[in-house]
Amino acid sequence: MIHSLFLVNASGDIFLEKHWKSVVSRSVCDYFFEAVERATEPENVPPVIPTPHHCLINVLRQRIYFVAVIQSEVPPLFVIEFLHRVVDTFQDYFGVCTEAAVKDNVVVVYELLEEMLDNGFPLATESNILKELIKPPTILRTVVNTITGSTNVGEQLPTGQLSVVPWRRTGVKYTNNEAYFDVVEEIDAIIDKSGSTITAEIQGVIDACVKLTGMPDLTLSFMNPRLLDDVSFHPCVRFKRWEAERILSFVPPDGNFRLLSYHVSSQNLVAIPVYVKHNISFREGSSQGRFELTLGPKQTMGKAVESVLVSSQLPRGVLNANLSPSQGTYTFDPVTKLLSWDVGKINPQKLPSLKGSMSLQTGASKPDENPTINLQFKIQQLAVSGLKVNRLDMYGEKYKPFKGIKYMTKAGKFQVRT
Amino acid sequence: MLGMSANSVSYNEQGSVESGVDAAQENSSIPGSISSGGAASSLFSADYKKNEDLKEMLESNKESLKLEAMKRIVGLIAKGKNASELFPAVVKNVASKNIELKKLVYVYLVRYAEEQQDLALLSISTFQRALKDPNQLIRASALRVLSSIRVPIIVPIMMLAIKEAATDLSPYVRKTAAHAIQKLYSLDPDQKEHLIEVIEKLLKDKSTLVAGSVVMAFEEVCPDRIDLIHKNYRKLCNLLVDVEEWGQVVIIHMLTRYARTQFVSPWREDAVFDENSAKAFYDSEEERRVDQSKPYIMDPDHRLLLRNTKPLLQSRNTAVVMAVSQLYWHLAPKHELSIITKSLVRLLRSHREVQYIVLQNIATMSIQRKGMFEPFMKSFYVRSTDATHIKTLKLEILTNLANEANISTILREFQTYVKSQDKAFAAATIQAIGCCATNISEVTDTCLNGLVLLLSNRDETVVAESVVVIKKLLQTQPSQHSDIIKHMAKLFDNITVPMARASILWLMGEYCEHVPKIAPDVLRKMAKTFTDEEDIVKLQIVNLAAKLYLTNSKQTKLLTQYILNLGKYDQNYDIRDRTRFIRQLIVPNEKSGALSKYARRILMAPKPAPVLQSAFKDRDRFQLGTLSHTLNSQASGYLELSDWPAVAPDQSVRNVEVVEPVKETGAPALSKSKHAKSNEKFYSDSEEEDGEEEEGSNSEDSSSSSSEESVSESESEENSDDSNKSSSSQSEKSSSESDSEKKKTLKNKKPQQQKLDSKDRKQKNGNAVKVESRSESESGSESSSSESSSESGSELDSDSDSGTDQKKNTKPKPVQSKPVIKKVEKKEVSLLDLDDFSPVPVTTPKSSILSPNLLSDLQGLLISPTASALQASSPVFVPETSHELLHRMTGKGLSAQYRFTRQPCIYGNSMVSLQLTLSNSTDQALENIHISEKSSTGQNIHRFNAIERLEPQASVTVSMGVDFNDSTQAANFQLCTKEDEFSVSIQPAVGELLLPITMSEADFTKEQGKLVGMNESSATITMTPENVSSQSVNRKVVSVANLGVIPSGQENIYRFSGKTVSSGSLVLVSVVLKDPDAVITINTEKTVMGSMLLRQVKTALTNSGP
Repeated sequence: MIHSLFLVNASGDIFLEKHWKSVVSRSVCDYFFEAVERATEPENVPPVIPTPHHCLINVLRQRIYFVAVIQSEVPPLFVIEFLHRVVDTFQDYFGVCTEAAVKDNVVVVYELLEEMLDNGFPLATESNILKELIKPPTILRTVVNTITGSTNVGEQLPTGQLSVVPWRRTGVKYTNNEAYFDVVEEIDAIIDKSGSTITAEIQGVIDACVKLTGMPDLTLSFMNPRLLDDVSFHPCVRFKRWEAERILSFVPPDGNFRLLSYHVSSQNLVAIPVYVKHNISFREGSSQGRFELTLGPKQTMGKAVESVLVSSQLPRGVLNANLSPSQGTYTFDPVTKLLSWDVGKINPQKLPSLKGSMSLQTGASKPDENPTINLQFKIQQLAVSGLKVNRLDMYGEKYKPFKGIKYMTKAGKFQVRT
Repeated sequence: MLGMSANSVSYNEQGSVESGVDAAQENSSIPGSISSGGAASSLFSADYKKNEDLKEMLESNKESLKLEAMKRIVGLIAKGKNASELFPAVVKNVASKNIELKKLVYVYLVRYAEEQQDLALLSISTFQRALKDPNQLIRASALRVLSSIRVPIIVPIMMLAIKEAATDLSPYVRKTAAHAIQKLYSLDPDQKEHLIEVIEKLLKDKSTLVAGSVVMAFEEVCPDRIDLIHKNYRKLCNLLVDVEEWGQVVIIHMLTRYARTQFVSPWREDAVFDENSAKAFYDSEEERRVDQSKPYIMDPDHRLLLRNTKPLLQSRNTAVVMAVSQLYWHLAPKHELSIITKSLVRLLRSHREVQYIVLQNIATMSIQRKGMFEPFMKSFYVRSTDATHIKTLKLEILTNLANEANISTILREFQTYVKSQDKAFAAATIQAIGCCATNISEVTDTCLNGLVLLLSNRDETVVAESVVVIKKLLQTQPSQHSDIIKHMAKLFDNITVPMARASILWLMGEYCEHVPKIAPDVLRKMAKTFTDEEDIVKLQIVNLAAKLYLTNSKQTKLLTQYILNLGKYDQNYDIRDRTRFIRQLIVPNEKSGALSKYARRILMAPKPAPVLQSAFKDRDRFQLGTLSHTLNSQASGYLELSDWPAVAPDQSVRNVEVVEPVKETGAPALSKSKHAKSNEKFYSDSEEEDGEEEEGSNSEDSSSSSSEESVSESESEENSDDSNKSSSSQSEKSSSESDSEKKKTLKNKKPQQQKLDSKDRKQKNGNAVKVESRSESESGSESSSSESSSESGSELDSDSDSGTDQKKNTKPKPVQSKPVIKKVEKKEVSLLDLDDFSPVPVTTPKSSILSPNLLSDLQGLLISPTASALQASSPVFVPETSHELLHRMTGKGLSAQYRFTRQPCIYGNSMVSLQLTLSNSTDQALENIHISEKSSTGQNIHRFNAIERLEPQASVTVSMGVDFNDSTQAANFQLCTKEDEFSVSIQPAVGELLLPITMSEADFTKEQGKLVGMNESSATITMTPENVSSQSVNRKVVSVANLGVIPSGQENIYRFSGKTVSSGSLVLVSVVLKDPDAVITINTEKTVMGSMLLRQVKTALTNSGP
């Protein structure tokens, strides 16, 4: 399975290595560096790189490459999924997963990696279990440890390891019992030149933050569960119950977790909340190009569209852009040719626009491609699919928890072709 | 001494620490290979000091200092720096009380032990001690480290530790043991045989924690030992949902491989899937085939696997979803395949790396089954933000999905892509258009025109790619497209990419007859620029010249000679060679002789059109989802997926207990999970006997957690109907006394009987009994027995004269009473027949075979379960021994034998059920055989109905019930015929006055706690060595007394439970092995019975022999 792991930063330095079997020389990464060089963008590095004796499987997260060394047949997704789980765990422990954070906490990182894999096979990846084995570093605990000489390492096997609910530790206690659920939907769309939708779909997740004492058993039901076309669950959800009654029944993990990811059936028409009017043109023979962009709200169900961010990769021939936004700020990077415009909130009375000219390389012919415009936005208190949680009930415990449900719609991969 | 060596090591390593990352890495792989002198070390004294500093900290008394030092050392290791010279100082702390310090030392040890083998040995004893620690976490981590230290000397220690840990009470430790197996195997492959034994043991483990890890070990150590899986197959299928996600992936992949060796193909053999045919076509095809040939019936186990993996498509773990998808791809009937589509498309929302792998697999699938993904075509539309490799894959899939209906949509989409800023992607799109054009003839022209338009594109790569693709397209249908060739000739001057120019020239030459005016002009232009062209272009110029010379020598003769002359002196030898060759070929002269006659045929031969095919064609020769599939080349350790067998191997090898009832077929009234549970125990234990009986020679059979008798619930339910019918008919028939009728009955029983006969003979020969034959005979379904008979065919031949054989068998004879352990003589209890159940002979002892599952199901209905803890269960073992009731000499020709059926009596709850076999050895019929009304002792006896007539040499079996009142006092009664009266008595053994019950281990201990003091009797005995195994203890005890076996968590403790028949008092028996002694404890309110039972168990366990 996984033989070794190397962490490589953006500038190509290996800043951490861990071996689960005999040591593999870090020169194996040379193949990886070659691949990085060949790729024009960091994202273009192929995830699986064969070398004469090993195979390198890498994932890129937070500008860090996690390069796993594989020696024999193993499902590549197995490794990829695990590496992402490692990153998630680091984020969970240190807040962020950056080179600095890893270096600062190298001992905890090492202890974690040691627990997560045994002989290259995952041993404990469940966050709740890991947290019982190795306590996350906090300033308070560091101080206490230095004074009392106690350690961050648990002495007992985490209760979860052996229980039927490995995701939950026993003996959880809170003074305020709360359960929050965020229904977050993302719209993936491709809008063509004329403004008509080529493809649009809604993907959603329900993220939960549950802080409840004891062993609560929750059920969550929807007003319109038929909307959910394809779902994937946290292991805690009882699948049979869902199959039979379309009710989510589960003993929740402690803390933050993703309860459910879903896909809204493609039959439903997707409401596109934003429209983009654009006029990007280059004239033959002139070194100037026109750039005009106007945004407006479409089907928003009366809710405000916020945190709007427009970005576009302009053609290579563009030297500079001289634009003026009606609101917000814009930046243009002459090296990467990336234009980004932070719009903020869309005011339906006064539509935001970005107008101006682009200067092209003199003598160069007019670029024959048009840039695509990527859009990001957020709409609070709206699940665009219309999904609604009906009720949330708790069994198994006596107290009355505080329950909260929040809806939000975001742009996923939202592109406008010009 | 130790210090010295440590010092020298540290000196040696000095240079490496300082000389940078790379050098350090080199050194670590060749420990101590650099012998830097003292001078070197003094140069880097600063660094030397630093490590010295760490050493001091490690040797200090303060825990916090040590911990700080270890943390810094771990930091060094993480950076890839060499810290091996600190080994002696670090290893001292291995026994530290501070758990974090200890863990860090472990980290260090695992990293450097391989390089410092001698010093590493110092730590071994600490681990050995820790292996015995009461804390399971400590035991487990000790095993982890011990097995991770790659020091060959400790292989025996590791082996021992693994064996011990494999039987540990904690599943976590057992899981660690499974991991350790692989480590030891990679360290010393010679241990394989021993390790397989451990794997075999762990495969039987019922813990979900262990399952994934042990299957991983299996895959690594002995993937070819598929026979180890049989017995665990159903368990693995049923546990799968609860196994942790990583284990699921490994198990699913293994089961895919397993299924391909064990089941027949669910795909229609000759319904080869044509790429272009629509889905409707398959359906009709299949329907038609169903009509023609006999319908395919899926093995229930095959179905079980598919059904139990399906929910996992909803897993959040992408690897699990992919694993299930590939399982469906490789195992499911084609029409069920569509359920994986949605889940795979869902994965496309995940990280870029996940997308990459999933798209690759979809690409392979979409070639064969485009119908699967067509509805989701839009999910494969490319976004400008996708990484290049993702874009290319999506393009590939879109190309595969293209058909007449959607091609226009796809081509419109492609048009956008061609304009992409990513030129490599644009070029790939053009190729994709070319593919679509060849695959779908309707759009070839449209595509060609589109491509021609692209020829005026500003970007060279786009143009070049278009030319190349057009060339390929034109090759397929050149005649109609002379205008395109003309157009290309016009564009020629503007095209600079050599490949494109070469392609155009080749086209000119190939189709010069279609453009007779233009081609010579192009050649004229090329003659001018020949010297400035690239090599590939030059070669094509020479080609064009030669072809024109042959077709149009009048206009081009001089031009050709000029070009050939230029080529003759070219710098590139390829071109010089080609020129020389062409000249000899086309210009006739005295030397060129034979060949030049054929010049035209050589150069102008019609050339086959190139086939544009996907890079993913035939990729499914690799199992989907594997690394090999991704790389498209076999990775080391890749396990080939075998083809479906033409004929399914024996299915019964998988017959084991079922953890969860399989709800495939109906009859829900009978499938109470509770009963199923009790069945499991029942079977698993009886199986142990069998294992023993078979001398443990066959590794498959010796499994203790599995049983061959048990058939999956579904099967038994199916069978239940049959057996009910057949046996009731049997009883009817045998009750009538006509001979001919009887023969018929016997005929019905023939297959099973044959089975038994063959087994008998086998046992006589001292051979191991084939499990298959046994299990089939038990399950009693016609189909399976016929199958098994074909398997053990040779034995059957001698039975051809079975009619006479049967007759002998039906007679009571000493052979039967020989103490062969065999599960026969299941008395039939049928709900429907209960009312008119008369004490007529049910069946002859030998042939009454009934699916045990059915029996216990029925039993569960008959006896109202007392408490959940005291679940009555079926007998683990039914002895065959019959006791003489009446000898034929004293009985004046009438002989009678009785035996205990160990079933709950249907005549009364407090009665013991008995079976009586009456035979007539006189030469005239006996009439009116019955039991007289008056009973000499106080027992309550349920008599059998009088037998009106017993023919000479015939025998009947009847059943009766006696309430012994929980005492071993004999029941005396009169057996009467028409003329005579015989006094007989039945003396029960104490063990027969019990009925087995099942309870959990915890309940057992609880109940045992209540029955102490007077109610407890115990004895210590010395066990004979052959009795020590778990099977033999279980077997011995259940043969003495009708008790249920309680699954025990501990290796050396055996527990049995039962209740007395009359009063229902608990009887608990436990046997604790303390090598070589054993303590037998019996707890019961009935103290007299307790002590009697104790005596019998004692004798049984001290006696050797079967």
